Amino acid sequence: MGSAIPSLIGVIIATFLLSRALPGDPAVYFAGPAANAESVQQVRESLGLDKSVPEQFALYVWDLAHGSLGTSLTTGQPVADDLLQRLPASMELTFAALIVAIVVAVPLGVFAAVRPSSFVDHFCRGTVTVAAAFPTFFVALLLVYVFYYLLGWAPQPLGRIDEIYYVAPDTVTGFYLIDTLLAGDSESFRGALAQLVLPTISLALFALAPIARMTRASMLTALGSDFVRTARANGLSGATVLFTYGFRNALLSITNIMGMIFSFLLGSNVLIEQVFGWPGIGAYAVSAVIASDYAAVQGFILMMAVIYVLLNLVVDLLAGLIDPRVRFEG
Amino acid sequence: MTAPPLLKVDKLSLDFRTREGRVKALQDVSFHIDRGEILGIVGESGSGKSVSAFAIMGLLESTAEIGGGSVHFAGADLLADNGAAMRAMRGREISMIFQSPRTALNPIRKVGRQIEDVLRRHGPVTGHEAKKKAIEALERVRIPDSARRYDAYPFELSGGMCQRVMIAMALACRPMLLIADEPTTGLDVTTQAVVMDLIREMVDETRMGALLITHDLGLAGEYCDRIAVMHAGHTVEDAPTEVLLEKAAHPYSARLIAATPAAADEIADLGSIPGGLPDLRRQDLPYCRFRDRCDRRVEVCDAQPLPVTELTGSHLVRCWRPT
Ligand SMILES: Nc1ncnc2c1ncn2[C@@H]1O[C@H](COP(=O)(O)OP(=O)(O)OP(=O)(O)O)[C@@H](O)[C@H]1O
Ligand SMILES: [Mg+2]
Repeated sequence: MGSAIPSLIGVIIATFLLSRALPGDPAVYFAGPAANAESVQQVRESLGLDKSVPEQFALYVWDLAHGSLGTSLTTGQPVADDLLQRLPASMELTFAALIVAIVVAVPLGVFAAVRPSSFVDHFCRGTVTVAAAFPTFFVALLLVYVFYYLLGWAPQPLGRIDEIYYVAPDTVTGFYLIDTLLAGDSESFRGALAQLVLPTISLALFALAPIARMTRASMLTALGSDFVRTARANGLSGATVLFTYGFRNALLSITNIMGMIFSFLLGSNVLIEQVFGWPGIGAYAVSAVIASDYAAVQGFILMMAVIYVLLNLVVDLLAGLIDPRVRFEG
Repeated sequence: MTAPPLLKVDKLSLDFRTREGRVKALQDVSFHIDRGEILGIVGESGSGKSVSAFAIMGLLESTAEIGGGSVHFAGADLLADNGAAMRAMRGREISMIFQSPRTALNPIRKVGRQIEDVLRRHGPVTGHEAKKKAIEALERVRIPDSARRYDAYPFELSGGMCQRVMIAMALACRPMLLIADEPTTGLDVTTQAVVMDLIREMVDETRMGALLITHDLGLAGEYCDRIAVMHAGHTVEDAPTEVLLEKAAHPYSARLIAATPAAADEIADLGSIPGGLPDLRRQDLPYCRFRDRCDRRVEVCDAQPLPVTELTGSHLVRCWRPT
């Protein structure tokens, strides 16, 4: 908790500087192609960009302190509103991908550790490496090409739900899968699920490798440890040794990389959302960068940083649940 | 004739298959343990003490290959390939404790729960009973405030306390045989005495047998009834403790005794043993694996397998020229 505050201050400064480092002049962009020097200057003044950089920074911090991330030049909406409205879409996709990756990679890693150099072990290392070798958007495009264009199994890759056939649910959590269920609308649930499958798989493929590897390595360490030998010497059954003694201990290192994996996935969203027309914060960030929309870019980076900090808090809490040593340190 | 011993290891030979060739870790290793008796196995690092213990426990890794011999425990053949029966016996009839008790306990599980795991595995007990028995087991090894210690994690306990927990766990099901592989290495002298006194007491009280593996002949001399000396995968001498300490017949035992601080009057008298163990991967291991370090070597040592001589009733030595 103590480290969260300084990192946030650092992030605020860094986001400001980073967004100023973007190429392009927003005043020119927004004044339009027909603008002359005078109207560009007017736009610049109205955007506050004529002020000195320290002054701009002071304004930015002042706004932040009042809960404002500024107004997006492209959408004309407060950046905070834009982001909050789009965040659930990205979160739903990221969580779905993380869950799929965990469900596939953890058992694979465990099995590979229990039977080193078995078929599964080689398979695990092989596929996992191949999956990691392709760029995200390439896999996404390939999946769309095969499953939508060639086979027609997947719906059109245009967002979270096909509004021609289904009704988007009322927002409760912002996660369509949950909201449709809450509304008792199983039709729309299926619609939302269908849209989610391909982007989830494309994203999940990238988390497979690190999770499977970490699981395998930490399981090997745990199973080779002294306390597993003790458990065996005491005749404990194979399942107890494997899960209560082996896996519970391996879970520590697996949890520790989850924060990293999650933010890694959230970052990869930027590309996946482009391919699938996903109305998330990644797509928003890309258009903001193209338009040199300072406020939006700043807001995006800041939010990612806050999420990252929160994520690490959650990981620490989880680690404390698993490991008493962490719990007692504080 | 007396009753058969509790544990009898007879001419056990064992190799490890490795990339660099076969490691002849044990050859014709024999010893036995009676009820209510502590047998010490001493020998320098790499002499095969732990491997012998793991062979008895059936905890050898898959690269180990038993070349011959037998291990009998309470009449049962432990080498007969019966995984399930062996697992049921481990922790219930034969238990083992290890060096470095801190890492030998699961760091993220309450010590009481770890004892319960063993109790539940070996007998139908209800949750409540298991907890009661676990606390009793902690009491039996004199852990003060055992009801509270039940909830402790290993990192909250001292090394000596952890070893007591290990002993409590090993004795929870009241086994007939306890194997202790260097149980006091890494503990300070006082704690060492406490742990060893505890093992001695348990043996006297319950008439179980114990195997104490150590490289400290002084410790073995103090607590064991009999001592077997191992060198490079051979048992070179086996005798009642006083006999061995006073009339060691094998040159290696004699040197070990001379090298033990309690026996030497001054540090300067400490005889160190020249040379090292032979490379157990060699194909042409000599009949006597102590040959190159020995000052009594004669021709016959190189030419013929070592005889096992019975000097007095239970004093065995494996040497051509015992004293
Ligand atoms: N898994 C294994 N693979 C190959 N060789 C092994 C293996 N385990 C043990 N050995 C070899 O067997 C011999 C005996 O080892 P062991 O561990 O029994 O020695 P020790 O007497 O217990 O020594 P220490 O006092 O160091 O514990 C050594 O030469 C060792 O290198
Ligand atoms: Mg050893």
